[in-house]
Amino acid sequence: MSIVVEMRGIGKSFPGIRAIDNIKLQIKHGEIHVLLGENGAGKSTLMNILYGLYQPDEGEILIKEKEVKITNPNVAISMGIGMVHQHFMLVPPFTVTENIVLGSEPKKGLTLDIDSAIKEVEAISKKYELHVDPRALVQDISVGMQQRVEILKTLYRGAEILILDEPTAVLTPQEIEELGVILKSLVSQGKSIILITHKLKEVMSMSDRVTIIRRGKVIDTLDTKSTNIEELAEKMVGRKVNLYQEKSLPNIGDTVLQVKGLRVLDHRKLEHVKGVDFEIRSGEILGVAGVDGNGQSELIMAITGLTKVASGAVLLNGKDITGKIPKEVINSGVGHIPEDRHKRGLVLDFSLAENSILGSHHSKKFKAGTGLNYRKIRDYAKRLISEFDVRTPSEKVSAKSLSGGNQQKLIVARELDRDPSLLIAAQPTRGLDVGAIEFVHKRLLEQRDHGKALLLVSLELDEILELSDRIAVMYDGKIVGVLDAKDATEKRLGIMMAGGDSKASDADIQ
Amino acid sequence: MENRKSELIEEIKKNAKEISYPLIAIIISFIAGGFLIYAFGKSPMVAYKSLIQGSLGDWNKFGETLVVVTPLILTGLSVAFAYKCGLFNIGAEGQFIIGSISAVWAGWAFNGLPPVLHVFLTLAVGAAAGGIWAGIVGWLKAKVGSHEVINSIMMNYIALNVSNYLTMTFLNEEAKAFTHEIAQSAKLWRFAEAFAQFKYSRLNIGIFIALAAALIAYYILNKTVRGYEIRAVGYNPHASEYGGISIAKNIVLTMVISGMFSGLAGAIQIAGVQYRANNLFGFTGYGFDGISVALVGNNHPIGIVLSGLLFGILQKGGSNMQLNGIPKEVVGIIQGIIILFVAANFVRIVFDKIKENRHLKQKTIREGK
Repeated sequence: MSIVVEMRGIGKSFPGIRAIDNIKLQIKHGEIHVLLGENGAGKSTLMNILYGLYQPDEGEILIKEKEVKITNPNVAISMGIGMVHQHFMLVPPFTVTENIVLGSEPKKGLTLDIDSAIKEVEAISKKYELHVDPRALVQDISVGMQQRVEILKTLYRGAEILILDEPTAVLTPQEIEELGVILKSLVSQGKSIILITHKLKEVMSMSDRVTIIRRGKVIDTLDTKSTNIEELAEKMVGRKVNLYQEKSLPNIGDTVLQVKGLRVLDHRKLEHVKGVDFEIRSGEILGVAGVDGNGQSELIMAITGLTKVASGAVLLNGKDITGKIPKEVINSGVGHIPEDRHKRGLVLDFSLAENSILGSHHSKKFKAGTGLNYRKIRDYAKRLISEFDVRTPSEKVSAKSLSGGNQQKLIVARELDRDPSLLIAAQPTRGLDVGAIEFVHKRLLEQRDHGKALLLVSLELDEILELSDRIAVMYDGKIVGVLDAKDATEKRLGIMMAGGDSKASDADIQ
Repeated sequence: MENRKSELIEEIKKNAKEISYPLIAIIISFIAGGFLIYAFGKSPMVAYKSLIQGSLGDWNKFGETLVVVTPLILTGLSVAFAYKCGLFNIGAEGQFIIGSISAVWAGWAFNGLPPVLHVFLTLAVGAAAGGIWAGIVGWLKAKVGSHEVINSIMMNYIALNVSNYLTMTFLNEEAKAFTHEIAQSAKLWRFAEAFAQFKYSRLNIGIFIALAAALIAYYILNKTVRGYEIRAVGYNPHASEYGGISIAKNIVLTMVISGMFSGLAGAIQIAGVQYRANNLFGFTGYGFDGISVALVGNNHPIGIVLSGLLFGILQKGGSNMQLNGIPKEVVGIIQGIIILFVAANFVRIVFDKIKENRHLKQKTIREGK
């Protein structure tokens, strides 16, 4: 097998930090090669160098054994390198084809030759089994489809070497599986793929080889077949990691949250939550499993007062909180780790100190006369930062300057410190690396052991299975079944998540 | 104590940094303006000298400049305050006009009140009218989601015509195109009453009211729960909602406060300078200039005081330039260049480029070795 990409002694500094240092990387023809590392380890920097977005300070790059200088992405594209970024760069009101040809439009005289473009897109889509409709509008297709459009875009421009930056971060479990199939089909037809990720399971299921990067240095390159998750985790984090938390038996108390016949409509009067009943008692974690978009988000928004309740009731410690405004819900003892930390969880332009009081900014302890006592707020933030190990130069920097994991730690710190009786955790570890996941999981279990009631909503089945005491599965706005954690298996949940009957699935398994 | 001192120093540093970029942009603009004047075949030195002389040349001129600066600071604060909540208040002009006409009414109708009380009432009525005028726009945005830019522009025209209608009817001075004069007791104290240096200027304590307003705006925005909520909504309404902050309430409140600054500007213009309102043929321009003042002042209360001063100097000095044979339009061009530089964040971009280049240079030197 020939080497298609070789990077030798690559180094790059940004003001104040050495982002990557003396990196050596070889990509073989026709392989899927994973770059594994925690957030901020330097994976993306390295790939941005290969794609010409950054210039390395030192080192050389060889493409097909010829030394090259990649001064900008156009050069990279002309050498057959394509990159799919984590955040898609598509124009939503344009069709798939229009997006794909954008920048290299086929022309017929003065006009755009859209018909031949559609044909070509169709041909590529068929060849690699992407199943993309070239005439669909990008805004109408799913996130998984949009990602395929991005892949098609690189193929259309003749990419031989594809770089995918965290491709699974936005996908559902099914879509991840489909992506795996697509990648296999791409390499079988002679493409080489570099995959950036920090998710260990995907490394094992998707890759041929893996290079682990930690703090800007290559730690090791391994054949996937000859390694295992524990070894990868240890190399990635630099210490032994507990991938699975020890869990004591639940010490279950009184009912904390009761949801009765809850229905939620959106502004178009479409029903998203269709009569949901459940309860959570103190000292237990109720996990809500389900494919994205089956009403989980709306359920949480209804409980926390962020959206209107059409009918039904929400009781917290026996008190009716149905239809209360968020402020009242917070004050009645609900903590909420929101699913989207950038959209809901943080005011990114605020300092950490200011973010640390969001939701409790009315509290007397932060007041001084008519105003806020910023010194007390900063002291409070400092305490949270040290207690929850938020890595930051100070509490005065803006929240946007932190990595995702540290941002999440701050949110977790804020919500737990309010000492709520009900804690809602929605996708609490989305986009986090192993170390941060371990941290968040530990804290959530701690809360449970302290007698809190937890509602955990996650798209990651592993997370649900690991943390929950009981598991409710949501499908099409309804809870289709509640299982005890000890009876739940991935397969059984999977069937229920797809709308299958829990009783039928019992029989299937037995 | 030591702690408090270092904190204060830090706060000053932070604030200085925020207004330093526009400051540099202004200097560059003047240099660019100088080249322009030179290109017209005139001397930049003569031009700038007459600009300064016309606006700051003696106490009276300085006083008259401050008379213009006063409303500019207040309308600038008005625009900036709304901006902190993510709202673009183009309606400062209308709020200014409504504030003026309401102040005329209060100053005329309550004749006989004790002076201090009457002045206070006149300003309060003007501010309240401006607040209500802007509050309508805020309420529409919060309730039905209609855009504040469109609505506040419309409200400008309504304000203009309502004001003219009242000027020619209810408040009309017989057979004149202006209103009654406000009562003596409603007039703001003028510097001319105590200082001979300001004898020929209409400078009044309104300038201090404007400065106090800047401090109040700074305090509300940066030190209070309300300001915290307003800024949170401006930066990220979704997170604010999540944090128990009512978006609708803050939008309406912000617009009311924003409108009060403009309304107060109009009231001061009546109580301190004009004593009556005229039948307007067009907009006064104070509200629209407030947008530029806020932009150049980087939406920062202290920056706005400085940029208000700058715009006042340009306006007052501009007419003096004309007397010295330099076209008045040069002032407009310089204003335009300043705004262009500030809006394009020109200075920051250049600074970043310089930094980057230095970094690259060091690298090449290193590699050369």
